[in-house]
Amino acid sequence: MSLGDSATPLGKVRGTGSAHAGGEHWLSERVTSIALLLLGLWLIVSLLLLPALDQRTLVEWLRLPSAAVPMALLIIIGFRHALEGMKVVVDDYVHEEGNRFALNTLLLFLSVGGGALALFALARIAFGGGA
Amino acid sequence: MAVSILHRATGMALTFAGLGLLTWWLVAIAGDPSGFATFTKVATHPIGVIVLIGLTWSFFQHLLSGIRHLIMDTGSAFELQTNKTLAIATIVGSLLLTAALWAWLLFGTRA
Repeated sequence: MSLGDSATPLGKVRGTGSAHAGGEHWLSERVTSIALLLLGLWLIVSLLLLPALDQRTLVEWLRLPSAAVPMALLIIIGFRHALEGMKVVVDDYVHEEGNRFALNTLLLFLSVGGGALALFALARIAFGGGA
Repeated sequence: MAVSILHRATGMALTFAGLGLLTWWLVAIAGDPSGFATFTKVATHPIGVIVLIGLTWSFFQHLLSGIRHLIMDTGSAFELQTNKTLAIATIVGSLLLTAALWAWLLFGTRA
């Protein structure tokens, strides 16, 4: 094409993937996956080790910094990783430019909104006076 | 292979059902007892339990096939036999981990 033979191998492939961009996205998806491997196992093991799963026990547990901090990280990194993964699915299967933009925007709003709601609930538990 | 599409399917399940339930659970814990009772009622209903078992399986399957993808990102395990063995191992592993987790939950000593 217009790039000619003098283009570097990187220059020839840059921007040709289905998303037309995204080295940072690719790496972030993998780094967040390693964090979620640890945080996901932490959540499962923690729930198994709690004496019960009633509201009072869970509130007491989430007031501990050792539970609230990993839970906050799980929410933030979990929603981010989910958004990154869903973007790959949308970019691969939705070919019409407008639909792709609309779906990616909807997923962005859903993940930021859901993450904010989950973080707010966690803050209310961790810093709450009553209940 | 099938494990690759399973990775996407379980990822979507974890995104919508998993993060949705996690958020509802946190909101319920933060709220009044009646809201938490509603969550508990849904989560312990047979259909709710089936959904939760499906979600834990999705988590383990996505985790193991995710590790497989990380290994393949390094350029390893593209030999047909190795690749197939690893793919099957993710399915066997996720089923075993799910069974172990729910055996502990349902038949463990905890009240």
